[in-house]
Amino acid sequence: MEMFDDPARWLPFTFAALMGVSILVYVVLDGFDLGVGVLFPFATDDEKDTMVASIGPFWDANETWLVLAIGLLLVAFPTAHGEILTALYLPVAIMLIGLILRGVAFEFRVKAPTPHKASWNAAFLVGSLMTSLSQGFMLGKYIMGLESTLGTWAFAMITAVFLTVAYSFIGACWLILKTEGALQAKAVQWARGGIFGLALGLGAVSLATPLVSARIFDKWFAWPEMLWLAPLPILSALTVLLLWRSLSGLPNPQDKGARTPFLYSIVLFVLAFGGLAYSFYPYVVPEKITIYEAASAPESLMIILVGAVVVIPMIGGYTALAYTVFKGKAAELRYD
Amino acid sequence: MDTLMLSRIQFGANISFHILFPTITIALGWVLLFFKLRFNATGDGKWMEAYQFWVKVFALSFAMGVVSGITMSFQFGTNWPGFMEAVGNIAGPLLAYEIMTAFFLEAVFLGIMLFGFSRVPGWLHTLSTFLVAFGTSMSAFWIIVLNSWMHTPQGYEMIDGVAHATSWFEIIFNPSMPYRFIHMMLASGLTVAFLVAGLSAFRWLLGDRSGGVQATLKTGVYLGALLIPVQIFMGDLHGLNTLEYQPQKVAAMEGNWDTQSNVPLLLFAIPDEEARENRMEIGIPNGASLILKHKADGVVPGLNDFVTEDGEVLHPPVAPVFWSFRIMVGTGFAMLLLSWFAAFKMMRKGRGPAALPRVALFAMVPMAFSGWVATLAGWYTTEIGRQPWLVQGVLTTEQAVADVPAPFVGITLAAYLSIYVLLLGAYIAVLFYLARKGVSGDVPRPRTPLSGQAVASNVPAE
Repeated sequence: MEMFDDPARWLPFTFAALMGVSILVYVVLDGFDLGVGVLFPFATDDEKDTMVASIGPFWDANETWLVLAIGLLLVAFPTAHGEILTALYLPVAIMLIGLILRGVAFEFRVKAPTPHKASWNAAFLVGSLMTSLSQGFMLGKYIMGLESTLGTWAFAMITAVFLTVAYSFIGACWLILKTEGALQAKAVQWARGGIFGLALGLGAVSLATPLVSARIFDKWFAWPEMLWLAPLPILSALTVLLLWRSLSGLPNPQDKGARTPFLYSIVLFVLAFGGLAYSFYPYVVPEKITIYEAASAPESLMIILVGAVVVIPMIGGYTALAYTVFKGKAAELRYD
Repeated sequence: MDTLMLSRIQFGANISFHILFPTITIALGWVLLFFKLRFNATGDGKWMEAYQFWVKVFALSFAMGVVSGITMSFQFGTNWPGFMEAVGNIAGPLLAYEIMTAFFLEAVFLGIMLFGFSRVPGWLHTLSTFLVAFGTSMSAFWIIVLNSWMHTPQGYEMIDGVAHATSWFEIIFNPSMPYRFIHMMLASGLTVAFLVAGLSAFRWLLGDRSGGVQATLKTGVYLGALLIPVQIFMGDLHGLNTLEYQPQKVAAMEGNWDTQSNVPLLLFAIPDEEARENRMEIGIPNGASLILKHKADGVVPGLNDFVTEDGEVLHPPVAPVFWSFRIMVGTGFAMLLLSWFAAFKMMRKGRGPAALPRVALFAMVPMAFSGWVATLAGWYTTEIGRQPWLVQGVLTTEQAVADVPAPFVGITLAAYLSIYVLLLGAYIAVLFYLARKGVSGDVPRPRTPLSGQAVASNVPAE
């Protein structure tokens, strides 16, 4: 491909891909632990401890993917970084305060004196909600081209709710995988409730995106693109059906298929993300700045890429190690 | 107030809150590794007791550092878009290397370090402790490289107002980097030494005579006594480096208005920028000349050299730099006095902490946070001392600020500040709560579970 002859072409593309992967990994990984936080009010106090225990060893690293994603935006597309983040100034601030609250609540709820635990549980819930809602809000604003009108604001409020539902759905699927007994049974119920919201949200975003932008509409509804893009919506619908089926077989005494909903929800997140990425490419700031216009100098991107090629497989390796070390059920509490 | 001033206060507030926690985790990681290695070597339970107590402090501090650090990474874009637009080609790779070589390493192995004690072989747990300590230090390295480059930039060329790298070696090993890095690592070591000594003294005063408390009290005092003279020496070298590359900052630190010889070392003064002179000076004759030029008639640069003919001020605001510097140095000497006195008492009597007079133990408790005071004062000196520049000689702070309505910045600033005050209070309260809990016989049990299912059971039981 001629693209790969010119570093000013393939380097921005590679970095956009890396950034996309980081966002996707973040949305899946922090998605489930944010979702666990959002589900807090539906659990008993003992169950809350188990829920936190199921994400305890992972959440730090999960949030690091957000830092990597925003870091890649910052270092590879500096002008876009400024443009996007100043446009999203307030939701970013709300998200950051949410992340602060829930991050520290993790630690404080078990280290502060017992009477304070309920307050820190509340902080954990509020922080998780603030983070999920503001991320969904930013997604909506981004889809609407970062415009500030009453209509875009309303749409962003809707995506805020849907992304929060999506996070709590994948959170519930994570709990099905990591817990057993009464909590697992509850998690199955949560997931069954969430799946409708999830399907509705996916549908709304899929419909709204092409309607907002004629360019995106043309990208999807032109021949022959339509043909080879068709699998994306079909697979998504199929995954939703498979998810529904896998949930109806749970919980069962052998714990058979307890992983399946989590795996399917990852597939669904990947498909949804793929659709969005296709819609917006080559723009990094919708309809304004392409990745090629926003990219840093090739020599700076090159030196980052050299490091990334060496380091990212290592990160993958030791992340896998951590998930292996902490595999299996995070079980019920024993006070002793 | 305008957006620029509010943005500066906001960034200053965020980074001040943030640095408190890495300052602890950078060195505490190594201290934990020391406890773990002592335990491996001696099998003495007191070292494990020390590890188990301080690993909790580490976990809490780490969480505070992570969440406040995420805030920083966003604020480059939300508040200072001009920074990345102008010098993104330099700052970008340095930040990327920090994320790739440090953040993931520390975050992933932290899980194993905290919760993996009984799930992984002993060597892997020790290795995880090492990797977390190494990760926090790597993180400090890369961020200090970038910060130092902002003070003493080199290895770049400007093309159409955008910096392009010409030599990464020169960028990384820029003139102030080695001094600043060592100065910060020692600051972290001292912060932890006094925190460990202070909380251990608190437990001792409450009657705790366990082996763990004795071990940590000794570790804290000796570490502090060892590092503080090195730090004073290093700080002096750093000052000479600053004199060479940022004389206007040193002029502000000394409160010296005119370039002249025989400059006194001011112990007290109220710098008045309107009148461009000091009021109520108390100084040691020739002191500044002696320190900076090593001779009594040495010529020290003055602030008035950094005002252009048309009246533009290119030196930092004087009073904050002047006073921050004095607070840092004063705290440093208080550290020297206390740690040497305590170390001397313990060594001479050979009875360990039992030889410490109560007054020393009482002094150690508030001094637990002396490292924070000195570190913040030091950073204010160097960062305010760089104003009006964001990148010395390349980009001013004003050029980089975002075009965001001032009320937005004001509202978010108020929100951040109230949450920081709340969290800081909770953090300090929990440290003392954990220390008290350790005393009442409820010696902290391992956070680390004995079997797979105990991960859950141990968390609430703490």
